[in-house]
Amino acid sequence: MKGIGFNSWRRVGSLLPAIKVYNTRQVDELIIVDITASADEREPDYEVIDEIADECFVPLTVGGGVKSIEHIKKLLRAGADKVAINSSCFSNPELVSRGADLFGTQCIVVSIDVVKHADGRYECYKNSGKIPTGKNPIDWAREMELRGAGELLITSIHNDGTMKGYDIDLIKSITDTVGIPVIASGGAGKYEDMYQALTTAHASAVAAASIFHFTEQTPLEAKHYLRTKGVLVRKN
Amino acid sequence: MSVLIIDYGMCNLGSVKRAFEECGASAFISDNPRDAEKASHLVLPGVGAFGDAMRNIVSAGWDVAIKKNVQEQNIPLLGICLGMQLLAEKGFEGGGEHQGLGLIPGEVIKIYNQTPATTFRVPHIGWNEILKKQDHPLLNKLEANTDFYFVHSYFFQASNSADVLSTTHYGLDFPSVVGRDKVMGVQFHPEKSSRAGFQILRNFLNFN
Repeated sequence: MKGIGFNSWRRVGSLLPAIKVYNTRQVDELIIVDITASADEREPDYEVIDEIADECFVPLTVGGGVKSIEHIKKLLRAGADKVAINSSCFSNPELVSRGADLFGTQCIVVSIDVVKHADGRYECYKNSGKIPTGKNPIDWAREMELRGAGELLITSIHNDGTMKGYDIDLIKSITDTVGIPVIASGGAGKYEDMYQALTTAHASAVAAASIFHFTEQTPLEAKHYLRTKGVLVRKN
Repeated sequence: MSVLIIDYGMCNLGSVKRAFEECGASAFISDNPRDAEKASHLVLPGVGAFGDAMRNIVSAGWDVAIKKNVQEQNIPLLGICLGMQLLAEKGFEGGGEHQGLGLIPGEVIKIYNQTPATTFRVPHIGWNEILKKQDHPLLNKLEANTDFYFVHSYFFQASNSADVLSTTHYGLDFPSVVGRDKVMGVQFHPEKSSRAGFQILRNFLNFN
């Protein structure tokens, strides 16, 4: 499913064929998030993840409804390389530290969804952008790093699905704060947007969906564009 | 042909097995060292800490089985990620000194930054290129500077440059592929490196 501003979801098609396509389309990593899991209070679907992992020969990050060490363990066993945790971090930040201790920081991706209010103030939201947390993304990012997150996935809800560009200010404010890799997400509409996120905002990686689902642009072309502008990207 | 993927309780082996199957090999996972004699190829994967890994390996008797098959039977062995590091004589993770398998001379120490003024974050996570140092069958059919997927905080400091088949730059130039006779190691994850990874596995399978 793809949305705009975490609303107006559009169906994109079923998952497994999409994975196989992505495998051949030269993406470097895949992130799969069950966006209604937390709200529906569902556990991750391990069988589906197992099927997907069987066809995925690049790193796979899985998130959505992850609430416990048991969930993380089962997801890793099902074939995920990394687990993304979002909503649960607010009620149980210990989950990040315990997860990092038991499975290694490289397995734990803390996913942070951010809204930009009309007055320009940023706030973290949980449960697929439905519940405000009162937390500022910079402070939250710093705390999650201290807790043991291996990477941060920062999604700007207001830009997500709009294809108008990543929120460069937001991403940069976080990369200026933490020492761990930051993945920019939400808003990519053209290759130049990715270039800006990786250079001006110092993101270590960019995540994108709409641009590849709904336009003719491709991951391979994106990497070619970035390479010609001097960004180091995977070649093969 | 039968590839044994050694299970010493440290990580997910499913993706390694799947990748070998994708390359046309018959692969099986075992936690019983006696199964080593059924294998034509041995694979030592690994994610985690050196000390914990060696403890598990020694208590299960894998160190004896590996050395016997490699040294007496000349079975090819591929170490992946932590598995490559375990081939060393010693590892210094966690502030202690741990004995490795000692199959390729060298020590495992933490990655550090020698490149001035660049952002340097540990662990080294992500795609990075390997620079071939010498021709070797394990690196056959790979284009110059092929990218693979790395996740690690420590690296294998080889004692002999003759054992270093490729280096990679991250903070410093570290060995990304090592090899001595039929004992080989790759710091990256071939099972997560898409087509390039498959080529490494196929090259390994061609050792017999």
